[in-house]
Amino acid sequence: MNPLLSVRDLTVAFGKDASQPVVKGVSFDLKPGETLAIVGESGSGKSVTALSINRLVDFGGGRIVGGSMGLTRPDGAVLELSQAEEKTLVGIRGREIGMIFQEPMTSLNPVHTVGAQIEEAFRLHRGLEGQAARQAAREALDRVRIADAGQRLRYYPHQLSGGMRQRVMIAMALAGNPRLLIADEPTTALDVTVQAQIMALLAELKAEMGMAMIFITHDIGLVAGIADDVLVMQNGVAVEQGRLDAVLDAPQHDYTRHLLNAVPHFDGGRAARDDGTRTEGRAKPMVAVRDLMVRFPVGRGLFSRNPGAVHAVEGVDFDLVQGETLAIVGESGSGKSTTARAILGLVEATRGTIDAASGHGDRPIQMVFQDPFASLNPRLDVENLLAEPAIAAGRRVDAALRERMTFLLEKVGLPTDCLARYPHQFSGGQRQRLCIARALMLNPDVVVLDEAVSALDVSVQARVLDLLIDLQREFGLAYLFISHDMAVVERIAHRVAVMYAGQIVEIGDAGAVLSRPQHSYTRRLIAAVPGMDRRRQRYDVDTTPVPSLVRPRGYEPPRADWVDAGPGHRVRVE
Amino acid sequence: MNYLARRLLTFPLILLGVSLLVFFSIRMIPGDAITAMLGTEAGLLTPVQRQALAAYFGIDQPVVVQYGRWLAGLLQGDLGISVTYGKPVLTVILERFPLTLELALLAMVIALGIGVPAGVLAATNNERSTDVVVRILAMLGQSTPGFVVGLVIIYVLSVYFGFVPAMGSFTPLWADPLANLGQLIFPAVTLGFAFAASVTRISRSAMLDVLSDDYIRTARAKGVSGSSVVWHHALPNALIPVVTLSGVEFGYLLGGAVIVEQIFALPGLGRLTLDAIGQRDYALVQGCVLFIALNFLIVNLLVDLAYAALDPRIRLSAR
Repeated sequence: MNPLLSVRDLTVAFGKDASQPVVKGVSFDLKPGETLAIVGESGSGKSVTALSINRLVDFGGGRIVGGSMGLTRPDGAVLELSQAEEKTLVGIRGREIGMIFQEPMTSLNPVHTVGAQIEEAFRLHRGLEGQAARQAAREALDRVRIADAGQRLRYYPHQLSGGMRQRVMIAMALAGNPRLLIADEPTTALDVTVQAQIMALLAELKAEMGMAMIFITHDIGLVAGIADDVLVMQNGVAVEQGRLDAVLDAPQHDYTRHLLNAVPHFDGGRAARDDGTRTEGRAKPMVAVRDLMVRFPVGRGLFSRNPGAVHAVEGVDFDLVQGETLAIVGESGSGKSTTARAILGLVEATRGTIDAASGHGDRPIQMVFQDPFASLNPRLDVENLLAEPAIAAGRRVDAALRERMTFLLEKVGLPTDCLARYPHQFSGGQRQRLCIARALMLNPDVVVLDEAVSALDVSVQARVLDLLIDLQREFGLAYLFISHDMAVVERIAHRVAVMYAGQIVEIGDAGAVLSRPQHSYTRRLIAAVPGMDRRRQRYDVDTTPVPSLVRPRGYEPPRADWVDAGPGHRVRVE
Repeated sequence: MNYLARRLLTFPLILLGVSLLVFFSIRMIPGDAITAMLGTEAGLLTPVQRQALAAYFGIDQPVVVQYGRWLAGLLQGDLGISVTYGKPVLTVILERFPLTLELALLAMVIALGIGVPAGVLAATNNERSTDVVVRILAMLGQSTPGFVVGLVIIYVLSVYFGFVPAMGSFTPLWADPLANLGQLIFPAVTLGFAFAASVTRISRSAMLDVLSDDYIRTARAKGVSGSSVVWHHALPNALIPVVTLSGVEFGYLLGGAVIVEQIFALPGLGRLTLDAIGQRDYALVQGCVLFIALNFLIVNLLVDLAYAALDPRIRLSAR
């Protein structure tokens, strides 16, 4: 069979300087109906490769400086994409090559309704107008499993959830019946159960339409589920490529082996930590949370009465003991970050108690945030950044404090002579190490880590997790680890609390919860996690909506009943 | 209560604050209305005559009492009598306002008509020669004082084309549209020139921002052609800062354009206010300032409504 797309020695550079290409001689063939996964970390050139195929890279300042990309047209003629005129390309985009992007939040035009945006695609590719275009858009929404499609057409993107927007993107991309779909990290910004929905949808539609797909991802676990061929990229070079099973089972290149082994992959609870020393009931908790409740009033204004509240956190109980990691897992909007913020007093608890044992420092709880790029003041050098917590606690910056700075820099694996450097001189992983050092400045007992490794590249993630475990052992730290990523949680947690719609639905030892989930939501969550051993797995398209957390005024939730599922493993009765 | 009603409720409060400020500050300027009106002949008045005149204009009372009276009149729609014109202040202002409004509207049409396309053109040709030329022109337009442009226009018109716009008496639009436009188009161009320059600069930078947004890439990936990407997908998103700027500028223009009115000898609100200050025509100054403040409030309200019309995120959250 002739390949649909044949790429040879593709070389792409940015700016005027062609001597420093970002993609260096990538070649591959894609047969009709097959899926090629391009795997790599940020900066590997995987997205640039994808954007070169439909030449969108031109609009970002990129230039194809070498190689060829032959696209076989429906009539059998081969179009050389690297030489094609913009006029020709406009006819190719959407019609023969569709594309969906990573950020569903920003990838739809905020001032047009989703209906108008889908209809535009039908108008461009099928020549449909007016009522016919509207009808086609409605059917397209039905096809991507959006309920009340007729209603939703009139919605603006900001009125839809991330998963819904991504389905709108897919509906739009499929309007032209493309023979090739390029999916650039289409699920990275989504929750894991939503990711499973989107993956299932893509697999189903791909089979239905016989379309080929190029799937860009940093998550080699996700690749196992859908790809026929895999291409691994590093620094603009294809370091390894081949059939899925060959690459996953017998990787040849060191980097592929590194991605497969060093990076956290979910292992169904088998990789959970066993170094915990928890003795139920005996250890005095560092933090004891009882019946924590956080509500945010909605619609309260000068002239309107208070109609209700978002019940962000509802009746949450847990203990955190010394030297232990409690991971709170859940999806966006489940209340896990609000719980963390309430413990630090960053949001006010509506009800409930948070008791923190007085530890050895005067500020026993410290926090590390998700985005290492946004959580360091770019105008402060390392010395001032590390001095901040001490200054906030009313301490003087003296020799002893500087000594602690160098001590901690060494502990987190940063050069001790970097005190005069500024955040922009560090990589993302290094910045997060800096944030960790800053959190440890006041010798805390508890560190709250809110998605602390989520913004990092996968291989950097693994190293930061190792660092956190080392620090925990050395300083006897208790971690409250907030995450949506089950693979990461499995690596670091002793205990896991699963949050859903503001409540803990299951809590217990990591191994037990991850390997024998009891609550239906935990089961759904764990079933949605992609894994290396789940090759070409068929996910069911599950579109269970998350219940609304907006409650009328005076609403009190029913009392929670719990059952024991093992030592320290409690499950909420549904 | 809806948004519009809530906004309108704040208007009287703001206007009250403005009136307090202007009422007392104008009285801090040395000099008085009678001296300003009669000039050196004021010295010939006997104290009794002067007292009678002061009583006639109501300026013999303590300032607080004057303010109370003026406010009471204001509530009945009476802004007082202009000392200079011997007519009700409102009448004097409304005589001048059509000219100012028309001039401001014309200037804005010119500014947006030139500025937005020029900004879009520059943004879509970023760092190419078109962009550089537009940027230089915009910089020039912004840094050239209005009176220079006005004088050059008059010079060119009269010396090279022998065309002298009718000066002094203003022909209203409804009396003779052609004569009216002949009078106003050149002052409007003068005003619109600098205005267009700032619109160009702001449209250019807003367009550049929007063109690098993700949804523009989506539109291109969908196969939308270049011009449709620019006009249909990008421009509506780039208009918010343009509307903000236009609103502020338009508000200023409604307060009158003193220099341009002076150069083209047009009887607009700007010169009226300036003359009133010179004449210590307290009632007229107060009336003008209040009127200008009201214009600003209305323009700001219109700008906010325009935001809502342009951006559904604003429209749908302003509940």
